Amino acid sequence: MTQYLLSVHASEEAWQRSPEEMEQAFADTAAFNEKLRDAGVYVFAGGLRPVESATVVRRSGDDLMITDGPYTETKEYLGGFWIINAADLDEALSWARQAAVACRESVEIRPFDDETQRANQ
Amino acid sequence: MTAGAEAVFRREYGRCVAALIRFLGDIDVAEEAVQEAFTVALARWPTDGEPPNPGAWIVTTARNRAIDRLRRESVRHDRHTEAHHLYGTRATGPELIEEEPVPDDRLRLIFTCCHPALNRPAQVALTLRLLGGLETPEIARAFLVPEATVAQRIVRAKRKIKDTRIPYRVPAEAELPDRLGSVLSVVYLVFNEGYAATSGQLIRVDLCTEAIRLARLLAQLMPDEPEVQGLLALLVLLHARRAARVAPDGSLIRLADQDRRLWDADLVREGQAIVAACVRRGRPGPYQLQAAVNAVHSVAQTAEDTDWRAILTLYDQLHALAPNPVVALNRAVALAEVEGPAAGLAAIEDLDLGAYHLFHATRANLLRRLGRTAEARAAYAKASALTANPTEQAFLDAQRASLAED
Repeated sequence: MTQYLLSVHASEEAWQRSPEEMEQAFADTAAFNEKLRDAGVYVFAGGLRPVESATVVRRSGDDLMITDGPYTETKEYLGGFWIINAADLDEALSWARQAAVACRESVEIRPFDDETQRANQ
Repeated sequence: MTAGAEAVFRREYGRCVAALIRFLGDIDVAEEAVQEAFTVALARWPTDGEPPNPGAWIVTTARNRAIDRLRRESVRHDRHTEAHHLYGTRATGPELIEEEPVPDDRLRLIFTCCHPALNRPAQVALTLRLLGGLETPEIARAFLVPEATVAQRIVRAKRKIKDTRIPYRVPAEAELPDRLGSVLSVVYLVFNEGYAATSGQLIRVDLCTEAIRLARLLAQLMPDEPEVQGLLALLVLLHARRAARVAPDGSLIRLADQDRRLWDADLVREGQAIVAACVRRGRPGPYQLQAAVNAVHSVAQTAEDTDWRAILTLYDQLHALAPNPVVALNRAVALAEVEGPAAGLAAIEDLDLGAYHLFHATRANLLRRLGRTAEARAAYAKASALTANPTEQAFLDAQRASLAED
């Protein structure tokens, strides 16, 4: 088993959806989370507050600076993520497809490093 | 490498690597083992003679050497167990064997190489490397890219397969159409890369032959997939015209002007037979329809005998199945033959193909036939400027020059 991070790349349009659409996306995502739990592959899931809420602790040489706003200015921001267990990439991809449908956004899949996984076990 | 050993290497490399990957669970370890076995073969075969089944000999030798090495290293690194964890025992579990009616490891390997999580250049390089047994410099020469680029693509793809655990298996029925599409695209791309290279660059590896070899392998391993058969038919019908496509001076000869006696009769017959079988099966797809178009061309004794109505009908079907501007362009060529150049021109004017040299070449040809010489010259110039292939450029420039004399 490998742990995969499924991260949601929320586009700006996401914040312009109607309340009804948002409600439906939340409901579908909740149902998807249930499905992950039932399948026994769920590790963690969470949605993030809008990107305006971000603060960065920035390294500058040996100094640390606190700045308001996200790390980089882009059109898409991390909107939330899942951590799941899967046997291989195809299994992870089949969950990621369902995730993308449920949350109505693009979903990126990345495996966790084997070393860190072992360290956490 | 002696010619005999080299032939065996090219023929057997994919099969051997595929078998060893399943056994060892790691592409690099499998490749090393197979290379090592070929080195042993080179030393022994000249004196002992070539074994009756060279491929099996390589696999056995490679496996034994790999086991020895893994045992030695496992004492220090526990690497043996690690390698086996890579794809797990699932790949050979009973439930998966059921999903895989054809137990040939090369099929698993090509699906792994062409996994959609890898980008297209990586899929192509990895397929040619692992299934075709091509060396990195050969692939680089064939695609006119630096060796370092190809090497990096292969290394990165292998690392991604390992890191993300791209499975080593034939996809389940539900996923198969999508995944097979990616495999067929890779094989077709390899062929086209060779087919477009008409400029007598003899240093280029024969990519057409390699693509046909891969298509034959797929057709043999997946006999019930009509599109696989369609791709093979398409490739052999195109390849059959090879000798007639290029003049002795290296210039390009259009289909209409080719000496049809130079077509490879065996390949033509093979392609026609596959197309006939596809028609009987009645599950058409884009590759089968393109093959059928070329089968229609292949039965015409002269260009004038071409059944353009049949071709137009096939392009109509193709356009209904997989609408795209290039299909529409080809359909317009057939339409021009059936209803005249004005109808053909009307059908292409709105196509969004401004950057495609064959769009301008087709337009130029139609304008010329309509007597609109100045516009035709401009279109030939545009087409010539848009292609990087010197043979095609020379052809288009000659066409334009011939118009000046009118």
